[in-house]
Amino acid sequence: MLGFPRWKVWLISLICVVGAYYSIPSFLPERIAQQMPGWLAPQVNLGLDLAGGSHLLLEAETSGVARQRIENMEDILRRELRREGVQYGEVSTQNGRLSFVVRNPAQVQRAVEISRQQAQPTAFGGSSEWTVRAEGNRVSLTPTEAGISAAIDQAMDTARDVIDRRINALGTLEPTIIRQGSDRIVVQVPGLEDPEALKQLIGRTARLEFKLVDLSVTPEQLQSGRAPVGSQILPYQEGGQGNGRIAVQRRAIITGDQIANATQAFDQTSGAPVVTIQFDGTGARRFARVTQENVGRPFAIILDNVVISAPNINEPILGGSAQISGSFTVETANALAISLRSGRLPVELTVVEERTVGPDLGKDSIERGAIAMAIGSGLVLIFMLLTYGRFGVYADIAILLNVALILGAMSIMNATLTLPGIAGFVLTVGAAVDANVIINERIREEQRRGRNVLQAIEHGYSEAQSAIFDANITNVIAGALLFYFGSGPVRGFAIVMMIGIVTSVFTAVTVTRMFVSFWLRKRPRELVI
Amino acid sequence: MRLLKLVPDNTNIDFLKWRGIAFAISSLLIAASVALIAIKGLNFGVDFAGGQVIQATFQQPPALDDLRERIGDLGHGEAAVQEFGSPRNISIRMQLPDEGGAEGANRAAQDVRNALEAAYPGARIDAVETVSGKVSEELVRAGGLALLLAMIGVSIYIWIRFEWQFGVGALFSLFHDVTITLGFFALTQMEFDLNVVAALLTLIGYSLNDTIVIYDRIRENLRKFRKMEIAPLINLSVNETLSRTIATNLSMLLALGALFFLGPDVIFSFTAALLISVIIGTYSTAYIAAPWLIWLKVTSDSFLPKDPVSRAERGPRNETPDGARV
Repeated sequence: MLGFPRWKVWLISLICVVGAYYSIPSFLPERIAQQMPGWLAPQVNLGLDLAGGSHLLLEAETSGVARQRIENMEDILRRELRREGVQYGEVSTQNGRLSFVVRNPAQVQRAVEISRQQAQPTAFGGSSEWTVRAEGNRVSLTPTEAGISAAIDQAMDTARDVIDRRINALGTLEPTIIRQGSDRIVVQVPGLEDPEALKQLIGRTARLEFKLVDLSVTPEQLQSGRAPVGSQILPYQEGGQGNGRIAVQRRAIITGDQIANATQAFDQTSGAPVVTIQFDGTGARRFARVTQENVGRPFAIILDNVVISAPNINEPILGGSAQISGSFTVETANALAISLRSGRLPVELTVVEERTVGPDLGKDSIERGAIAMAIGSGLVLIFMLLTYGRFGVYADIAILLNVALILGAMSIMNATLTLPGIAGFVLTVGAAVDANVIINERIREEQRRGRNVLQAIEHGYSEAQSAIFDANITNVIAGALLFYFGSGPVRGFAIVMMIGIVTSVFTAVTVTRMFVSFWLRKRPRELVI
Repeated sequence: MRLLKLVPDNTNIDFLKWRGIAFAISSLLIAASVALIAIKGLNFGVDFAGGQVIQATFQQPPALDDLRERIGDLGHGEAAVQEFGSPRNISIRMQLPDEGGAEGANRAAQDVRNALEAAYPGARIDAVETVSGKVSEELVRAGGLALLLAMIGVSIYIWIRFEWQFGVGALFSLFHDVTITLGFFALTQMEFDLNVVAALLTLIGYSLNDTIVIYDRIRENLRKFRKMEIAPLINLSVNETLSRTIATNLSMLLALGALFFLGPDVIFSFTAALLISVIIGTYSTAYIAAPWLIWLKVTSDSFLPKDPVSRAERGPRNETPDGARV
């Protein structure tokens, strides 16, 4: 107990000083902290529940990915089969597979070969993504599980990037966008007043298509919703006959993939907000050709399978740009422009969880949390002092150091402080004294048994060790589960709790022991505890 | 300076004398808790039930009936409107629309926002939480699993560090604490959300602190006093650690009390759960965790190595007359 090596004293002091130092920047005003070099002034991140902001959990409609994949394959195969002169028909994309009938039985083998070729994995050594089978003269392609999940994975990565681009277009927000599990994306945007705009922006698939209107469809067909071959019937809120529907050709003239740029503008005659889009090279050429061939006929501008407008082609559009008008406000037109610019989402995303906290509530929480913490800690400090005297002072120093160290460790780790995390602080203060209480009670006990000061202290520390150790391990178990199963704010609590366990054992056992050994060097004859 | 002593030296209270009564009371409390949970159910927050909660601050305390009616008129279904901390803070809870998914929820939130701003000038939306049915089911499952794993995990740890009887005793006392806390939530119909589950997990960690300290002492005494009967030995251990039990739990109560009375309203149920569990945990340590050791027949031999060779190797222990080890 007396022997406390010098290097240990230095090491403990160093840890305390460094830890305590790093807890300071978090209290400094933003302005000052930012002037200091980054490694000197790391700050604790405030969670969304304290800083205010939005947390959105988006889930992808992954069945769409498989369907999309089958449709893409259909396009490719139609082209390839035609080129190779294979006669085919009865193309079906039902039941999660693509199948077609080869008219000439002699060509079945060839059709299977072509299908196999197209179905080959894109990456070298990739697992097979399609199962190609021939039954009689019907050839079928079924996407494999591995193929679908690879496609979903890819789609989710793209979706993440698209969302990133969209939010960044809003300006100076600092969003966190991460994938979670196989089909989810977490979006966290701090300091946002109105999450509605954000949700509008990232929730939209922004799949833009230009298609010719099918004028041959009868009102009865529109009414029943059954379109002739090669056409489809889509909702059209703004006009159209029969229940706000309109029939368009299945084949798109042009899609959103061929957009080079999109901006919000105003219509030159009406002054209403519109979105102007600029096609890329191939898109512009194609658009020019189709409009040339179809002067006088209407075409439909379709966004996410809903027709926005269906203007007449009055003259060939050669400039490679078009204007989308609808009932837009400046905000919605701007949001659409951003969505179109940043590309369409490869999957449909829905918000399955939203947590938004206004900045005022967060500020209030911090304030009241800080007050509760100050008073709670104050009471505990006084209680320890009254109960254990000199050793209570040591325990108090340990508690204060503990708080500083937790904050310092969190700053260095760039961890996030949440509201339950503040509660974690208060709780840690309450629980951290436990180690000191165990030690000090043991010392009292040993004194009662007639041991002298040195022996009592020596026993107090050594006998208390196993209980302190076990108690903290069980807390670590609970904390780890809390972190693993918890989400957002609860995780913040688990982090504080686990850091607190490590630092509290250090401060309550090692640091107080150092103080005690200093005191013992004076050879005290009496210990009041 | 005269120091505060909450517990006089050398107490010798026969705690275990009442263990039969305590066991009866605990059984009754657990039965009542289970019944309450079954009949009244827990008042699940949106985390676990799904739905939408909008928190708003008003300039003047609004008439709740009036507000409820206004929101009902929006056509998004019945809304539960209640005060939240103060009369000016109101929480509005709605079911998620069956159709329309996220879009529908979004529209509902927007409508409420507009209605509030129109009818109550200066009203401010503080927070919006929307949890879909699917996510809430997952949260329930994850929360339940975490609680179960935590209880089993720490019990296994105690079994490894002590003996199997101690692990079983710890498991029962945790089950006791968690069930009664849940019963309390069913009784008061306080909102039960993710934060409360976090509190329960914390309770599992901290309630075990007490248990471990006493178990540690029982183990020490078992090694020290080989001939002592188990009941008096446990009594002695509880008495020896009594002042630490009181001191630690009191300081926990001081810290939590400050948080409970002065802390943010958002985590009210969280602190309430912790506060209750500290009290229940203290009781269960002495009356549930410890007596189980008697029922499970722990003896001094429980801590001796099983094979005779190593027992012989241990040799005589160095004991002083007062029983303390040197």
